[in-house]
Amino acid sequence: MRVFAVAEHKFGELNPVSVELLNLANMVKGDGTSEAVVVGGEAHAFSGSLASRADRVWVIGGDQLEYYNPESYADVLLQFFEREPPDLVLLGNTSQGGELAPLLAVKLHCPVVTDVVGVFAGRGEITVSRYIYQGKLMVDLRVSRLPCVLTVRQGVFKEGVELSGKITELNLAPSKPPRRRFSRLIEPEKGEVDISKADAIVAVGRGATSSLQLAERLAGILGGAVAGSRPVIDSGLLSKDRQVGISGKTVKPKVYLALGISGAFQHVVGMRDSELIIAVNKDPQAPIFSVAHYGVVADVQEILPKLLSEAEERRSRKK
Amino acid sequence: MLVKHASSPESTLRVSADGKGVDPVCLTYDMNEWDRYAVEEAVRLKEKHGGEAVAVSVGVNCDATLRKCLAMGVDRAVKVPVEAGLDAVRVAEAIVGVLRGEPFDMVLSGFMSQDANNALVGVLVAAMLDIPFATAVTRLSVEGGEARAVRELEGGYLEEVFLPLPCLVTVQSGINEPRYISIFGVKAAKSKELREHTVRLGGATVAVERVYVPPARRAEILEGSPSEVAGKLVELISSRGVV
Ligand SMILES: Cc1cc2nc3c(=O)[nH]c(=O)nc-3n(C[C@H](O)[C@H](O)[C@H](O)COP(=O)(O)OP(=O)(O)OC[C@H]3O[C@@H](n4cnc5c(N)ncnc54)[C@H](O)[C@@H]3O)c2cc1C
Ligand SMILES: Nc1ncnc2c1ncn2[C@@H]1O[C@H](COP(=O)(O)O)[C@@H](O)[C@H]1O
Repeated sequence: MRVFAVAEHKFGELNPVSVELLNLANMVKGDGTSEAVVVGGEAHAFSGSLASRADRVWVIGGDQLEYYNPESYADVLLQFFEREPPDLVLLGNTSQGGELAPLLAVKLHCPVVTDVVGVFAGRGEITVSRYIYQGKLMVDLRVSRLPCVLTVRQGVFKEGVELSGKITELNLAPSKPPRRRFSRLIEPEKGEVDISKADAIVAVGRGATSSLQLAERLAGILGGAVAGSRPVIDSGLLSKDRQVGISGKTVKPKVYLALGISGAFQHVVGMRDSELIIAVNKDPQAPIFSVAHYGVVADVQEILPKLLSEAEERRSRKK
Repeated sequence: MLVKHASSPESTLRVSADGKGVDPVCLTYDMNEWDRYAVEEAVRLKEKHGGEAVAVSVGVNCDATLRKCLAMGVDRAVKVPVEAGLDAVRVAEAIVGVLRGEPFDMVLSGFMSQDANNALVGVLVAAMLDIPFATAVTRLSVEGGEARAVRELEGGYLEEVFLPLPCLVTVQSGINEPRYISIFGVKAAKSKELREHTVRLGGATVAVERVYVPPARRAEILEGSPSEVAGKLVELISSRGVV
């Protein structure tokens, strides 16, 4: 199979998922090739790192491709795939890949599956696995035909082989100006507390919103900070700089206490490398229990007051 | 707007006997979480700029969700009574079948469905209709024939883009606070139009082989009374030098 990985970069850095896509490509290519395609004004800067994991690297530069735009990027990618027909196109499951993948699939008249965590390739056949119900169940899907487009979950295919692929630079320009116009980039607001520096984080989810004050007191005793999952931030109970997850912050505290958090992947990405993860959730099926080291299946409202008094007692004993 | 009558990830989920689906007994359905934001945003746009808000849903049993849209201020609803399961391409085809006969300025969809988690249908529809689009929009306004959309990237970064009308946006949570449905709204909904639109769908693009419970449960579950558990937790926490 000819497997193409569409590499991604932002702010002058290669997104690590790009290398993971190539690792996957090398696993499934069989006697075919793994090929990276990278589009953008500064695309050539990444060709070296991509070449170390790919049989071939294609660089599509040009000044009309300076900033990411789904229409122009899909336009040049389609011109490219016309010349170099793919069997499998891999993209990151990111804010870019999530736009480009369905766009490419419609133009290529081919199937598309998102957020894939496993790929099994046979002769002209592909089965993929992915999560459904926000991580509670998994499904294996057989894709009806090739070529097909997949977006791949980040952090899954970390191991790979060293290669030294040939680099080819192409000059392709979009066939028409994009209708969507990029206006500006907005940086995240900086808050008073930097949760990524806290040793202990008490994280409040939708299932613990009514216990926010107790959570704040516990964080105080632990000398740490309160953080939240996205719904808690969306509802305005905590400020945006307290959000843990893919669209918030990544944290690695000594202790991460997840209260009433289901453990959706977009949250887990931001906290899975914490040293000690403890989850309290009343649903024994909650996906958070597959990342936590210790779990308590219970109502937060029952556990948290007890936890607070135990912690207070221990602290006063120490004084 | 595009609205799904979706099953909830909150319930206890069991794999069905044939191993290819979820036991229907344990599923509860409601309007997809992300679509509540899309409906609210559409109704606000209509209240501000005038015009009409129409909800479209694909599914055999989606009436309750469409009625909810009508109760939230949507003017009329279109139901496509087919089941496309996890196959987003077929859902998008069904929606495109409706939209081809309905002139519009903007299509709003949710970012993702809470059960299938594809985050595909919106962009597929935009691509099939060949209109400009933006995903994961957290701020939206219309000025002088153009939509101004702020879309979410990773790590708290946002980008502002402009889209000429007609366009499609997929709406991310946090964009608004969806309104509560009033008794008055529910009453008003009863007299609003809910029509069925039949379409012929193409072949399936994906087939379910197997549904299963994810392997690997890493957590050691602590048992005991709330005080016992709390005691153990404090031990664990202080073993890390915190407290
Ligand atoms: C593109 C994108 C980006 C995203 N970015 C982020 C992000 O950066 N950060 C983030 O967190 N999310 C993010 N999300 C949202 C994410 O997918 C989930 O929707 C979110 O993390 C769910 O938050 P939650 O676990 O608090 O709520 P829910 O999923 O609603 O879970 C609540 C949990 O609380 C439990 N519970 C309820 N009551 C109690 C009780 N009394 N005691 C104990 N347990 C209880 C329930 O069993 C449930 O497991 C993003 C989503 C998308 C699509
Ligand atoms: N059956 C459906 N009927 C109408 N709209 C849908 C349907 N399925 C998905 N959508 C829309 O597409 C969005 C993304 O869904 P998905 O691609 O399934 O994650 C949802 O938030 C809805 O707005």
